[in-house]
Amino acid sequence: MTTYEAVIGLEIHVQLRTRTKMFCRCPNRFGDAPNANVCSVCLAHPGMLPVANGEAVRQALRVGLALGCRIPERSKFDRKNYFYPDSPKAYQISQYDQPLCAEGAFQVPGEDGGFVVGITRAHLEEDAAKTIHVGGEAGRIAGSGSSIVDFNRAGTPLLEIVTEPDLRSGEHARRFLTLLRATIVATGASDCDMEKGTLRCDANVSIRPVGSTGFGTKCELKNMNSFRFLERGIAAEIARQTALLEVGGRVTQATLHYDPSSESLTVLRTKEEADDYRYFPEPDLLPVAPSPTLLEELRAGLPELPVARIARLRDTYGLPDATAATIALTPSLADYYEELAALTGDPRLAANWTMGELSAHLNAASLEAAASPVTPPRLAALIALTVAGTVGSNAAKTVFGELVADPAVDAATIVERLGLAQVDDADELGAIVDAVLAANAAEVAAFRAGKVQLIGFFTGQVMRQSGGRADPKVVQALLNDRLR
Amino acid sequence: MIDTLGLTAERAAALLDAREVTAEELAGAYLAQIERHDGELHAFLHTHPEQTLEAARAIDARGRSGLQGVPVGLKDLLSTRGVPTTAGSRILEGFLPIIDADVVESCREAGLVSVGKLNMDEFAMGSSTEHSAFGPTRNPWDPRLVPGGSSGGSAAAVAAGMAPFSLGTDTGGSIRQPAAFCGIVGLKPTYGAVSRYGVVAFASSLDQVGPFALTVRDAALLYSVIARDDPRDSTNVGPREPVSLPSGTSLAGLRIGVPTDQLAAGVDPGVRALFDDTVALCAALGAELGETTLPHASDGLAAYYLIAPSEASANLARYDGVRYGLRVDAPDVHAMYEETRRRGFGAEVKRRIMIGTYALSAGYFDAYYGQAQRVRTLICRDFAAAFERFDALVLPTAPSTAFAFGDKVDDPLAMYANDVFTLPVNLAGLPGLSIPCGLSDGMPVGFQLIGPAFSENRLLEIGHALEQAIGFDARPPRLSRGVA
Repeated sequence: MTTYEAVIGLEIHVQLRTRTKMFCRCPNRFGDAPNANVCSVCLAHPGMLPVANGEAVRQALRVGLALGCRIPERSKFDRKNYFYPDSPKAYQISQYDQPLCAEGAFQVPGEDGGFVVGITRAHLEEDAAKTIHVGGEAGRIAGSGSSIVDFNRAGTPLLEIVTEPDLRSGEHARRFLTLLRATIVATGASDCDMEKGTLRCDANVSIRPVGSTGFGTKCELKNMNSFRFLERGIAAEIARQTALLEVGGRVTQATLHYDPSSESLTVLRTKEEADDYRYFPEPDLLPVAPSPTLLEELRAGLPELPVARIARLRDTYGLPDATAATIALTPSLADYYEELAALTGDPRLAANWTMGELSAHLNAASLEAAASPVTPPRLAALIALTVAGTVGSNAAKTVFGELVADPAVDAATIVERLGLAQVDDADELGAIVDAVLAANAAEVAAFRAGKVQLIGFFTGQVMRQSGGRADPKVVQALLNDRLR
Repeated sequence: MIDTLGLTAERAAALLDAREVTAEELAGAYLAQIERHDGELHAFLHTHPEQTLEAARAIDARGRSGLQGVPVGLKDLLSTRGVPTTAGSRILEGFLPIIDADVVESCREAGLVSVGKLNMDEFAMGSSTEHSAFGPTRNPWDPRLVPGGSSGGSAAAVAAGMAPFSLGTDTGGSIRQPAAFCGIVGLKPTYGAVSRYGVVAFASSLDQVGPFALTVRDAALLYSVIARDDPRDSTNVGPREPVSLPSGTSLAGLRIGVPTDQLAAGVDPGVRALFDDTVALCAALGAELGETTLPHASDGLAAYYLIAPSEASANLARYDGVRYGLRVDAPDVHAMYEETRRRGFGAEVKRRIMIGTYALSAGYFDAYYGQAQRVRTLICRDFAAAFERFDALVLPTAPSTAFAFGDKVDDPLAMYANDVFTLPVNLAGLPGLSIPCGLSDGMPVGFQLIGPAFSENRLLEIGHALEQAIGFDARPPRLSRGVA
């Protein structure tokens, strides 16, 4: 039987973080009242002309440089013609054959040795307005009685990044997109929030017999608005295409929608022939020719990118690849970690806390690490108490919760106030141990008869009686002594 | 009562300076002339006498200098805030712009008083004003004949004394040809000298705003008002040097070239005779004459009728009934587009949208649009080569004098051929000046001067010297009241 491999390329739209829209001076902002951020340019009134946003061009160039792209001496804008109410000019200003950024290569590291994804191009364009179909199911046009349009998003800057068909699985796609997102966030060009739609991803998926170099018929997957759905959607599409070919069927070129709730794919439309967008050079805009000086300046201004940071965290702090990657992918978390590691002098312990309690708290509160009330010095003081044996691990978690709740108080004060200091006094603990053993005579007999795993039960009882404050090492020693 | 027929802007400003009239009286005289003649001529699509008089009174009240208080007419392609701007089309009937075109702003800043919006071929597509959705304009010299187009209203208004000067636009000859047909001066500036902001777009890479006037000096005055650098138009740079008011009468030291190969195309004998006389006059005034050729200019007509419709097909796509202008209700959005555009656009506009859409289609793009752009490059080189030897080139403005209504309206190719001498100038982005050089069978004939990019000052100098020597009387005899 033939074995197939998947050939996957991604088309990623990134909404750039600029003050104003791509071709006019309206605010590039979300959440305002519908049609608040509009003007005669982005509503395409007669005689209105686009003026390219220099900040958007610079942001796009920063991303291009971060992705290892070549920046051609000259790129130009083109008109992509199509009629739809979300397109006020009935053409989108985009870049057709001379994109701003070309031919990049992006390294995705990993325990498996990683892989490289070619970047075909990254080009600037404008976003469409938002159309809401009133009365249609799930906001779709079918069955709707009317449509309303919000032009706030019309004309906001987008960077479209197209990859080579270098990905071979949904997992690869997820890993690539995760690192790509972190890289763009690091450049400051976008917040790349898939939920808010500032990062959108479509995937072109085809399969072919292993060993073949040709391409199968591809299908385009839309609406994969989380990393998990991207991975699952691609996996489902590979399975669908494989099943088709295995029974002697063939894949029809189509655009599919992945429904995460049912984990199923629905065909939106089949493509009988390619759309004709009648691209032609935008006569209202001049070509973009970034000077070597500007490029040098932008390159020099780039921060340390996630790929480099992963390697540095691994090499400097001796972290495992996976831990280094998790921390490095969020720049503010990585900054926090590095400060904590320096303050505690124990990179591994700092990593455990960063990945554990801290991340849980940040996620729960939707906070950036830099905004947490538990600053690195406060957490470092708590870690110092655990290293000194002043508090046990359970008590330390309680203290951490108090650090979150009250930004004004330090760990030592909390330990004192709540009486969380670890008890290692052998006399005090010996009394508790004796009481526990006396109350559980049957278990003691069973232990002595060889059911040694009951040691955990006795330990747990002692810890509970001590209110969680007993030093587990001392309890262990006392139990061993009494039960011998 | 002031006789506005033949009254130049310069003379009107002098009357204001001398306090012989007030701005209000002057505006009133022009409004009276409109009242008297526009019923027959239909040069205006919209007047707003109260607003006009109010603006004039405001200037009288605050004291004036320069051109302040001199009336001006505006082609209806120019956006005027709160004043109807239809571009001669049903699809924009009732549309009120929320901004002023940059040239309108310039006029207001200079203290010019608008007397109204002038008739034109729909979206500036035509050479006779017969394609106006609101009825044609008639030629003040003979109302049985067309005034030329597309800026026919702008030309007729000045020729008939309904405005001392006016603004039009020129995409393939739309200023120069109607100026020639109506016996006045018309200047098409270098592409990029005047802002296109707020000018309803026909063909973005060719459109340029320019003045109509009774004299070359008046044309220079109005050109100096509108020529400026506007950051809202990326293709605009403003004039390269300050506009100077021409005063010389000699052409000594100037090299003038006659592209003899162009004259081989059919030119009416009466036009040809006056052209030859005027060329001889150039020599008599001291110019050095020579012959040259523009080998690719004869392909300009074909190239123009691919490039202009291609750009227009995209520029006019925004008139979709969604946001402003005409909307014809229909069961769904596509039917609404179709019905709105079917009823909103006239036959010539539809013809050009179809030609442009076809020329940009996949599989045809390179053979049509691509090839036309290559021809355009060759024409630019032809002109560049000629300007190595000459300071200016001369051609008839049009191959004939004004033709009769209905003569060409059903034969698009004959209508297009009327622009054969003007449109290569647009393709090369050069300035062109048309001045009247005499009458043939009682109708005015235009003499066209073409210069290198940004050589407006020199063209105006040459035009002025010729004008002094020719001594053309720009007053149509049938409108003259015989008393000054």
